[in-house]
Amino acid sequence: MKIAVCVKQVPDTWAEKKLRDDDSTLDREAADGVMNELDEYAVEEALRLAEANGGEVVVVTMGPERAAETVRKALSMGADAGVHLVDDSLHGSDALATSYALAEVLAARNFDLVIFGSESTDARMSVVPAMVAERLGLPQVTFAQKVDVDGSKVAIQRQTEYGYDDVEAELPAVVSVVEKINEPRYPSFKGIMAAKKKPVETLTVADAGLDAAKLGATAAWTKVASFAARPPKAAGTVVTDEGDGGAKIATYLTEQKFV
Amino acid sequence: MAQAPLSLLAIDHLLTEEERAIRAVVRDFVDTRIKPEVADWFETGHIPARELALEFGELGLLGMHLEGYGCAGTSAVSYGLAAMELEAGDSGIRSLVSVQGSLAMYAIHAFGSSEHKEQWLPGMAKGELIGCFGLTEADHGSNPSGMRTNAKRDGQDWILDGSKMWITNGTVADVAIVWAQTDDGIRGFVVPTDTPGFTASEIHKKMSLRASVTAELVFDSVRLPEDAMLPNVKGLRGPLACLNEARFGIAFGTLGAARDCLETAISYAIDREQFDKPIAGFQLTQKKFTDMAVELGKGMLLALHLGRLKDDHLITAEQISIGKLNNAREALAIARECRSILGGNGITLEYPIIRHMNNLESVFTYEGTNEMHTLVIGQALTGLAAFR
Ligand SMILES: Cc1cc2nc3c(=O)[nH]c(=O)nc-3n(C[C@H](O)[C@H](O)[C@H](O)COP(=O)(O)OP(=O)(O)OC[C@H]3O[C@@H](n4cnc5c(N)ncnc54)[C@H](O)[C@@H]3O)c2cc1C
Ligand SMILES: Cc1cc2nc3c(=O)[nH]c(=O)nc-3n(C[C@H](O)[C@H](O)[C@H](O)COP(=O)(O)OP(=O)(O)OC[C@H]3O[C@@H](n4cnc5c(N)ncnc54)[C@H](O)[C@@H]3O)c2cc1C
Repeated sequence: MKIAVCVKQVPDTWAEKKLRDDDSTLDREAADGVMNELDEYAVEEALRLAEANGGEVVVVTMGPERAAETVRKALSMGADAGVHLVDDSLHGSDALATSYALAEVLAARNFDLVIFGSESTDARMSVVPAMVAERLGLPQVTFAQKVDVDGSKVAIQRQTEYGYDDVEAELPAVVSVVEKINEPRYPSFKGIMAAKKKPVETLTVADAGLDAAKLGATAAWTKVASFAARPPKAAGTVVTDEGDGGAKIATYLTEQKFV
Repeated sequence: MAQAPLSLLAIDHLLTEEERAIRAVVRDFVDTRIKPEVADWFETGHIPARELALEFGELGLLGMHLEGYGCAGTSAVSYGLAAMELEAGDSGIRSLVSVQGSLAMYAIHAFGSSEHKEQWLPGMAKGELIGCFGLTEADHGSNPSGMRTNAKRDGQDWILDGSKMWITNGTVADVAIVWAQTDDGIRGFVVPTDTPGFTASEIHKKMSLRASVTAELVFDSVRLPEDAMLPNVKGLRGPLACLNEARFGIAFGTLGAARDCLETAISYAIDREQFDKPIAGFQLTQKKFTDMAVELGKGMLLALHLGRLKDDHLITAEQISIGKLNNAREALAIARECRSILGGNGITLEYPIIRHMNNLESVFTYEGTNEMHTLVIGQALTGLAAFR
């Protein structure tokens, strides 16, 4: 079985995220880049499926040069090969463009199963897996908290508010996972050292046969019109308890229309 | 915005991507697995050594810088960085790993027969088997050449008698590397701890390295087969070579404890207000932070320099002594200073500082006391030995 996992490099979860003043895109230089957390779960699930059913795991990313580190992280966890789409003209791509680029790269490689995280921590649109599935004309079984592959079928449990749904699809298919699905492994030191020697295909837009007119900030269907930093937290109100603390809090809550 | 002490010096610029990746794994592991629990382990004086060893083995931490036999075979710098992250958790946890990898496994790897290596190393790398290293005796610490533990021939066998003191991992070990006098000088022995006559008892009432097992080993006519002896080294050179491996790790490790203290103290001082302002805003506090960050940065540059020398197979014992001497000394000084910055909170296990501080007292003493390393360097500088 040939499994692809799409991983995105995002700013470190704990770092302060900033948008760039010049073009209103995310400032990716301002913080360390890490693998999008949910994508670690996606990689883990791919590795488990490959271990259980036999097969190969290929990680696919679109992102700037240093996103290569995120590819290597997945390789150090145990993935077999990587594909890195990197090109200046990709900068500022919106979700439609991202899904177009990823879909083309995936289509050219004939995977049985494509696994995504269900959401990135930086842009958080949760749309890329569905868009890619549409573009590939493949069934999408999304928000999985459990995935099983049986012969030519994939069955998932989709996490819902009331419990879960069982959903099945014929392979090839697109799956996105939620964090409940597994506990991602740490890369072992041997894995980290072996990662350097695993094959990574680095593709430009031209190499991937993509239409540059559909990519980048100019092609985006949406535009960030303006942005502002979150206002600093206002100083709280201090209530001094002089035996009447309870009453004062009740008054405050009534004034604020909480009660 | 506050900047972390080591990022101030852009230390990461000196590291390769692989080194940073290995460090990131250990840091993450320590943050999630060690830090939340280690204060309790320290307070109760008990660690889940077996479980931890298996988890360390899975990451590849045990004997990580050794080649073959299931070991990861990383660079020396990566090994140092891992020690640093472990010790940012606790010096006792780092000790478990150092003794396993740099003392016990290294002794077998460097001086053992191929049968020794096949028998012990793969299980030790996985953490299924734990090792300890017995050099020090109650009456022979800084001067191990006077050791009394001895092995005598009985037919083809060896009979081991004596005792060892302060032995890390002693009561949880499956195998002990024991150094003993023989007719042929000091030799190393691979001693399975279930051999009749071998006993290990834990040393209690420690105020330091409480999250680490420390034991006394007693050998009462322990009968060992002829091939229990490490064939490929004779004399104190054997244990000293192992200690150099571990001391190298300590040059890095101590900086982890120091960094954790300094980061804790800085964030505490930014939040803690006295005289209507954060104590971090007072010049006296800032001078402490500045001096500590400068020492931490210098220690880090020293450790990395030693690491590069080691990876190029150029490092000398005297250079390792410089690293152990300076970094253990400065880390201890940093821990003590940070302790003062937390005031009353500085004496509780709610914060890591006094734990690091007490631990570093052991680290200052073991693997060659500060004085011994001073004399090693003094001898290198003058050509005159001042040990006796
Ligand atoms: C603050 C901000 C606001 C934005 N607003 C919009 C907007 O309103 N409309 C719009 O069209 N675009 C917007 N974008 C751009 C959008 O983030 C990118 O197009 C992005 O690549 C796709 O969306 P996502 O990160 O939200 O992915 P999600 O759909 O949240 O990601 C789900 C999964 O898709 C995969 N994936 C996502 N990106 C990649 C990648 N580059 N390489 C490999 N796998 C990937 C991962 O598996 C991930 O877990 C915005 C970006 C930012 C930073
Ligand atoms: C927690 C812990 C774990 C340990 N783990 C191990 C282990 O796993 N395996 C092992 O073999 N050992 C271990 N040790 C032992 C450690 O290596 C010794 O404690 C150390 O070598 C010092 O020996 P000592 O305690 O006998 O002190 P001593 O040698 O008695 O020294 C006492 C003091 O005298 C000073 N001194 C001695 N000689 C001179 C001199 N010539 N000039 C000036 N000053 C001198 C010393 O520097 C020191 O300050 C451990 C110790 C501790 C505390």
